[in-house]
Amino acid sequence: MKTITRQQITEAVARLCIQANTSLPADVAAALARARKEEPWPLAAQTLGFLEENLEIARQKDLPICQDTGSACLFCQVGSEVKIEGDLTEALNEGVRQGYTRGYLRKSIVGDPLRRVNTEDNTPAFIHTELTAGDKLTITLMPKGGGAENMSRLAMLKPADGVEGVKKFVVDCVKQAGSNPCPPIILGVGIGGTFDQVALLAKKALLRPLDTPHPDPFYAALEKELLDLVNATGVGPQGFGGRTTALGLAIETLPTHVASLPVAVNINCHVTRRASVEL
Amino acid sequence: MQYELEFPCKKEDLAPLRAGDTVLVSGTIYTARDAAHKRMTELLEEGKPLPFKLEGSAVYYVGPTPEKPGQVIGSAGPTTSGRMDAYAPRLLDLGLAAMIGKGARSPAVKEAVVRNGAVYLAALGGAGALMSGSVRELEIIAWPDLGCEAVRRLRVEKMPLTVILDTQGGDLYQSGPAAYLASLGSSQG
Repeated sequence: MKTITRQQITEAVARLCIQANTSLPADVAAALARARKEEPWPLAAQTLGFLEENLEIARQKDLPICQDTGSACLFCQVGSEVKIEGDLTEALNEGVRQGYTRGYLRKSIVGDPLRRVNTEDNTPAFIHTELTAGDKLTITLMPKGGGAENMSRLAMLKPADGVEGVKKFVVDCVKQAGSNPCPPIILGVGIGGTFDQVALLAKKALLRPLDTPHPDPFYAALEKELLDLVNATGVGPQGFGGRTTALGLAIETLPTHVASLPVAVNINCHVTRRASVEL
Repeated sequence: MQYELEFPCKKEDLAPLRAGDTVLVSGTIYTARDAAHKRMTELLEEGKPLPFKLEGSAVYYVGPTPEKPGQVIGSAGPTTSGRMDAYAPRLLDLGLAAMIGKGARSPAVKEAVVRNGAVYLAALGGAGALMSGSVRELEIIAWPDLGCEAVRRLRVEKMPLTVILDTQGGDLYQSGPAAYLASLGSSQG
């Protein structure tokens, strides 16, 4: 057994909060740069250039890339040979508390959805835990902005709707979102599972690097086709028009019931932030 | 076209602007988002004065990150304007000249913009570090308990914005994508 202390976890999460909010993953920055070079519409290319400039300013001035430093979505893989000293949930929340305070990040969480008083430290985090083999604890943070999250959708399609139904749902979702989620967006698509699982699949799809297609060639081809359909809508960067409506699209699937075809689309903005640590 | 505007402004200064134009905004503007709009509406219901004068003013829908020591403001890009649609027509009818945000507005807001000769301007969504570069001074003038949602008075210099809704009913979120798609049609045809 390997013992991991509460302090190790808290400190690691605090660092992830600051790191994720000030520098984009290399695959997302590269996708933005490539999109600008390939964008045929002048206003759209100019707008993408400003978004690249924003990344540079954030780096130089040590500012968060976006003022919406998000909900702290945490994905933990806990090895069966790991012993955690103390309460994992408390250790993770304390890390978010310290990271968002030390890093001058925005506190965007209200403690109750209807009474709406800010918790003032960005807790609680939204935590997903999986048990795995081995002696490692892997923690991935995805700070998730509210504007794009609000445009996400879920549908329980009929099996007869098939792949065409899925395509229509995804494209309609992007059209309906329009300029709201700060395009160019990144799409996480969940297909299958149950009502609750499909939403989590869509969120997990956003964790996959943009330069990594689905391992199953059928879904890799569907990802490419869907991305092309989304980039034919004309929404463009910031909704001002253009080709680059989305920088990437990933699909995750699960087996499902004979009667069901659940589909979920989790939208993320061009500031798709993620950072991982292995303890 | 590119224009420069100083706020507070006169409505006639807004008349030449057209959807798709660039505007460099300077002067004094105010921040307010969901919670501040709710409270402002409550003050209006009670017949009490608002934290700032609406006439000729610009409101920026933003909740910045906390400023570090030595910084004027943290990251400060726009939030989704549609959430303020329920409050905006009333403020426009009371003289609000410009709204700054991102994302589509309701038909009621579009009508109120045209009716009052106002404009809706977009800041770059997700570009909070870039947008903060135009802010020279910041002061919280109401409701500090709201944290990032408190009302702030900002002095800005040449803040780069894009006209979305103009006084004539133009809407870049309609015309921009339509023009791009039409260009594809003509190049293929």
